Amino acid sequence: MTWEEMLPLLGPATLETAQMVGWSAVFTLLLGLPLGVALVVFDRGGLRPVPVLKSVLGFVVNVGRSLPFIVLMIAIIPFTRLVVGTTIGTAAFVVPLTVGAVPFFARLVETALREVGTDVVQAAQAMGASRTTIVRKVLLPEALPGLVAGLTVTVVALIGYSAMAGTLGGGGLGDLAVRYGYQRFETLLMIVTVVLLLVIVQLLQSLGDWVARRLSHK
Amino acid sequence: MIQASGLRKQYGTTVALDGVDLHVREGEIYGVLGQSGAGKSTLLRCVNLLERPDAGAVTVAGQDLTALGSRELNRARQRIGMIHQHFALLSSRTVAGNVAFPLEVMGVPRAERERRVGELLELVGLDGRGKDHPHQLSGGQKQRVGIARALAGNPAVLLSDEATSALDPATTQSILALLKRLNTELGLTILLITHEMNVVKSVCDSVAIMARGRIEESGAIADLIRTPGSRLTREIFPLPEPAPAGSVTLTFTGDPRQPVVSEVVRKFAVDVGILGGSIEDLAGGPVGRLRVTLDGAERAAALAYLRDSGLIVEEAA
Repeated sequence: MTWEEMLPLLGPATLETAQMVGWSAVFTLLLGLPLGVALVVFDRGGLRPVPVLKSVLGFVVNVGRSLPFIVLMIAIIPFTRLVVGTTIGTAAFVVPLTVGAVPFFARLVETALREVGTDVVQAAQAMGASRTTIVRKVLLPEALPGLVAGLTVTVVALIGYSAMAGTLGGGGLGDLAVRYGYQRFETLLMIVTVVLLLVIVQLLQSLGDWVARRLSHK
Repeated sequence: MIQASGLRKQYGTTVALDGVDLHVREGEIYGVLGQSGAGKSTLLRCVNLLERPDAGAVTVAGQDLTALGSRELNRARQRIGMIHQHFALLSSRTVAGNVAFPLEVMGVPRAERERRVGELLELVGLDGRGKDHPHQLSGGQKQRVGIARALAGNPAVLLSDEATSALDPATTQSILALLKRLNTELGLTILLITHEMNVVKSVCDSVAIMARGRIEESGAIADLIRTPGSRLTREIFPLPEPAPAGSVTLTFTGDPRQPVVSEVVRKFAVDVGILGGSIEDLAGGPVGRLRVTLDGAERAAALAYLRDSGLIVEEAA
């Protein structure tokens, strides 16, 4: 294949991957952040201890985390159809990607929030701050560098997952690698795809590290 | 100002507070002294109900905190300042942001907050450092931020949880001097817990000595010093215990320069030998304690003369 032939394939595929990962990341953030907060707040010794609820949430998260993504993707096809009306194409794969990443990100959120010292939380309680104020103005801002680092790791994981989506008709760079690199032995395209993924992941990780560092005042 | 009665708190089988009564008068600096594990930290945290006692009641500024619902309790806590051993500042906020935090909690409008933060930083000697982050400050400066933050809500009471224990001796003195100044200038009532006798000696008007979840001794320092056999006196003036047989321990609460010992030797047929002693500056003025041997024909008369001179005389058996 020549560059003239590859570029029209690589461009749209990269865009599809970016769309899948981008939207999944947005939904993962919206769902995983509250879930992670809940895991900390409802825990024994948390701001609002409800150990039963925390155990249930923890169990659900563990179920999500224990399924390999390719299995999860197939298992929730009926749910995907219910949500987006179809099970193929880029939009359809935002659903399994989000479902797969939410428990992962929630655990990272939980870890980041636990890093916040109990002394600052108690200081806020001693000042008469309500629980919502403590979450909004103490826990989340104090954990922000850790949360950014967690989100970066999650986005990189999503890029990995999204390549698997390619095998079931999700489009993107993974789809390209399967159809051209594997089924048509287009070695050059395969190499270009690999390099492209490598560059994207490196850039994202560096960006995430930089932002986390800028936010940290330790 | 702070009244606690019958406080009990148990963690599993460990009894942290075993029936503690505490009475802190308005405008005084009250120290709770004890080793770690004595229960003093639990006691302090029961005063603003960070820990809820299993039994007993806590009244601060006339308000029974144990009877309040969570919303009213939060409002009451806004009038009780607290400072912490490790400062507990928010690393994500600037110095000014940290001091503004309790004002945000109270719903003070932005312009008013900024004005107040400026005042508070000036009060604790940190004007111009508002834009710095806590990690750029020294330990003593961090505690000053903690104090400014604790004063934001114009509290009637300040609780100090080992606030100088993480600081070096010189910084400790400067923080204690600041607390003393706030006590005098603002009429702030301060309840502090510490394991350092030095803190009690420097700033406290009253003290409670805690061990194993109980208060063993409490009262105004000036009174305790005048009480023969008090633990406070023994701990401030470390003389070998028990006192050697026949020795006499004298406590001077007036002017320690008064030459009573030489007077006794001149007036009575006794010999005095000095075993040990020291003079300390306490809240009420200088206090001295001297252990001597005092032997001779007129020993009883000499001891009576010393008592009449206003000294506290303790005879070892």
